[in-house]
Amino acid sequence: MEILISQVFAGLSLGSVLLLAAVGLSLTFGQMGVINMAHGEFIMAGAYTAFTVQQVLGSAGVSLLVSLPLAFLIGGTLGLILEATLLRRMYHRPLDTLLVTFGVSLILQQLARDIFGAPSVDVRLPEFLSGPVMILGTPVPASRVFILVLTVVVVAGLSLLLSKTSLGRRIRAVVQSRDLAEASGISSRRTDALTFFIGSGLAGVAGVAITLIGSTSPTLGTTYIVDAFLVVVAGGIGQIRGAVIAAAGLGLLQVFFEFGTTASIAKVIVLVIVVAFLQIRPQGIVATQTRGLA
Amino acid sequence: MTTTVSPQQTTTTPPTTGSAELPSVAEGAGVWTTGPRGALLGLGIGAVLLLVIAPLTLGGFGLDLLGRYLCVAMVAVGIGLAWGRGGMLTMGQGVYFGLGAYIMAMHMTLADTTLEGETIPTFMRQNGVEQLPELWGIVQHPVVAVAAVILVPTGVAGLLGWAIFSRRVKGAYFAILSQALAAAFAVLIIGQPVLTNGSNGLSNFHSLFGWDLSDQANRTVLFLVVAAVLLVMLAVTWQLYRSRFGELLVAVRDQEERVRFLGYDPALIKTVAYMIAALFAAIGGALFVPVVGIISPADIGVVPSIAFLIGVAIGGRSTWLGPVLGSIAVSFAGTQLASAFPSFWVYLQGLLFILVIGFLPGGLASVLGLVRRRRSQGANDDGGQAAGSTTAPVSSEQEATR
Repeated sequence: MEILISQVFAGLSLGSVLLLAAVGLSLTFGQMGVINMAHGEFIMAGAYTAFTVQQVLGSAGVSLLVSLPLAFLIGGTLGLILEATLLRRMYHRPLDTLLVTFGVSLILQQLARDIFGAPSVDVRLPEFLSGPVMILGTPVPASRVFILVLTVVVVAGLSLLLSKTSLGRRIRAVVQSRDLAEASGISSRRTDALTFFIGSGLAGVAGVAITLIGSTSPTLGTTYIVDAFLVVVAGGIGQIRGAVIAAAGLGLLQVFFEFGTTASIAKVIVLVIVVAFLQIRPQGIVATQTRGLA
Repeated sequence: MTTTVSPQQTTTTPPTTGSAELPSVAEGAGVWTTGPRGALLGLGIGAVLLLVIAPLTLGGFGLDLLGRYLCVAMVAVGIGLAWGRGGMLTMGQGVYFGLGAYIMAMHMTLADTTLEGETIPTFMRQNGVEQLPELWGIVQHPVVAVAAVILVPTGVAGLLGWAIFSRRVKGAYFAILSQALAAAFAVLIIGQPVLTNGSNGLSNFHSLFGWDLSDQANRTVLFLVVAAVLLVMLAVTWQLYRSRFGELLVAVRDQEERVRFLGYDPALIKTVAYMIAALFAAIGGALFVPVVGIISPADIGVVPSIAFLIGVAIGGRSTWLGPVLGSIAVSFAGTQLASAFPSFWVYLQGLLFILVIGFLPGGLASVLGLVRRRRSQGANDDGGQAAGSTTAPVSSEQEATR
């Protein structure tokens, strides 16, 4: 029983990290059909923000609280720059944005390597996150509980934003029909920029969270980007609810298969399951009903 | 390019945008060649350069380096077919390259082991393996190994391609799946050190099919084989591009739904193109191993898989010779710059991706095309026939594709 609980928790924890990395991606992907490979590097930028803030401030607890909003701003600004300079002119070529942003990610990675060095660095855990917490009589790391809670807060905040505010209404309108939204007086350009700011900012937040469970290196982004994309694809592009289900599912599957085999075999099995799943539902778990072709 | 990201977009995108994004196929084709005579000329020049001049002028080291570029260029030919002509952005060609390379490397390692009078390779003995794993035993015979290089990657590509394309998973979804495939494959190879020697990869080969690889004469022959294989691939793609299949493939790229409504099966067409691309990549990988002497997961993961694309994009993804020339140029620049200025080379690669794909999607070939069109326009204007400028290139295009 204890093994089961700790396994389920490990799966949900992995899922929450994946979700945190993927939720911003899902937003930008769904909004503009832009596939941002540099999203992983925005995560890395967030992680290095946490590292730098801690070097400056010293105290682990305070710096965590400072770096969360700061990383959001930094990630968001990077995204804004990317959107304004490159992606804006490429909305009709979604596949090409994938390769252009890959170029951006190469540059950002090398930039990190030149500034912070290739070896990985560590961010110290605050006191209150370093010990275990008892859940149903099973000890689990407090840092992972923190990430789980952070993810819930972020996702809940994002869905509130999308469903209740006027910005959210505009975003949803542009996602569903860009032309019609423009015709009803919504500035799709400003909406796009804001969406990209929020989505990329969430990557920065994810980066801070990831420093709590592992070390930070220039290639941090590449470890998460592929899995994050899988979450978005399996969940249904642009669907927050789908991303939540997919992230939890992928996390649980990965951990359970790892239990029986090795991490590498589990990864391959999970990929096969995703491909098989797309056979049944090519549009992902949650799909908007349309009468469009394909 | 019907890159349908979400169903909503299909309904909003006017049907003509797809064809307007890329320079028309024929435009590219017309740049490098004009009809069969031009193709023969191109192949002939390539053959003379690679089969006569290169072996005579380059030393052993230079020849090895060029051979390596040619092996990578084989992957590029396949990507040109799948991506440039078929619109399938395959970001996982490293998988097929790796399959071919590892099958070949396993066979060569086994052959060397047998020559040394052992039954199992050294790295396995160091891992405490007593008996040769069955997976390795299969490729012991050279004929089986060569057959496996051809059949395994095409089989994998066929199964996967059919599964994906028949469910109309395309565009970004396909790109991401292929990328995940590359990631999973590299993880799988690293995670099985007993079978694959993990992240160290397989290296230290002494012979190929009984030929001593340290003998320079044999190495020259090996280079000639590599060059000949690449030329054959080019001839095959040229024929494919002219064929009905080639035209259907482009039609699927530009307007998949229309092709379906005309009664063709786009999934079949795409799967076949994807299998050919996989085969070319696998052959490139299999030849890469004896030429370069090492294969490791660093050559086949996500990043190298995407790196294959840049040369194709620079040369002109939908052209016939563009992918090969671009790929060779990028490999050359890579070896020249990467050792001297490693960090500059990475920045340059990133910039190339941004500039070429963001601002010059047709690659360098489209620049030539633009220049040519401008010139012909000028000539027509002089003759007072501005209207002729738009029709003149079209007729030469049609000549080129038929």
